[in-house]
Amino acid sequence: MSAALTALDPATIFFWLLSASLLLSAAGVAFLPHIVYSAFALLGALASVAGLYLWLGADLLGVAQLLVYVGGVLVLLLFAVLLTSRIADVRVSNLSAAVQVGVPVAVALVALVCKTIWLAPWPAAAEGAARHAPTTARLGDALLREHLLPFELVSFVLLVVLAGTMAVARRAIATAPEGGA
Amino acid sequence: VIGLREIYLVTAVLLGLGLYTVATRRSAVAVLMGVELILNAAALNFVGAARFSSGQLGGQVFALVIIVFAATEAAVALAIVLLAFRSARTVDVEESATLRG
Repeated sequence: MSAALTALDPATIFFWLLSASLLLSAAGVAFLPHIVYSAFALLGALASVAGLYLWLGADLLGVAQLLVYVGGVLVLLLFAVLLTSRIADVRVSNLSAAVQVGVPVAVALVALVCKTIWLAPWPAAAEGAARHAPTTARLGDALLREHLLPFELVSFVLLVVLAGTMAVARRAIATAPEGGA
Repeated sequence: VIGLREIYLVTAVLLGLGLYTVATRRSAVAVLMGVELILNAAALNFVGAARFSSGQLGGQVFALVIIVFAATEAAVALAIVLLAFRSARTVDVEESATLRG
């Protein structure tokens, strides 16, 4: 009786709802026949991950996930989808190949990892920790103290990516006149 | 009660779905979507570990770094995909087997 009650507390229900939405959307990305459908299923998966971040008490990460992924990466992906593939042609747009290789590899890996996870002893949740305290101030503090190196590394990578993407795009613009016509 | 084990099981299945997408899709953009799924599974693992193992924020910092790297990776990869599409008129990863435009 008490086990059934604790299994049905709202946090647990929310976790499984978010997980089900995440895995269903991810399955949509993997199996839907049309690439635009896959892109919109990816939207659901990324939003579910943002919800799981919030569930785990990482409020800044949840918002960053929404802003960066749903607002940025996904729009970029949709642009690429609409610009590149002849999307009306399902056969061209989102063909699956090597299913007889992909299915055994994915199933074997998931089975192995799940078995390991299931057998490993995991610590219980840390008691007494303020569960949904805001993390933004603490994260900013950590980024400028003990995690300064990853912060600077990310800044440098962003600079390199900015320059690299501009170099690639400039070449594309320069070659567009003879290639586009 | 949800523990680290349940979270890791969910992310393991997410990793499998992403791997399947990467292995079987032939459109380079769809392969990129699978990579995003795998990166999200990894970041979710870090956040879960940060929540359940201790009160430290190292896992969240790592997840933040993963989000930034995923965004930059998507920007660079999509630029390359568009360039390849301009020169080869296809985004099929099996047909664009040549490095010279």
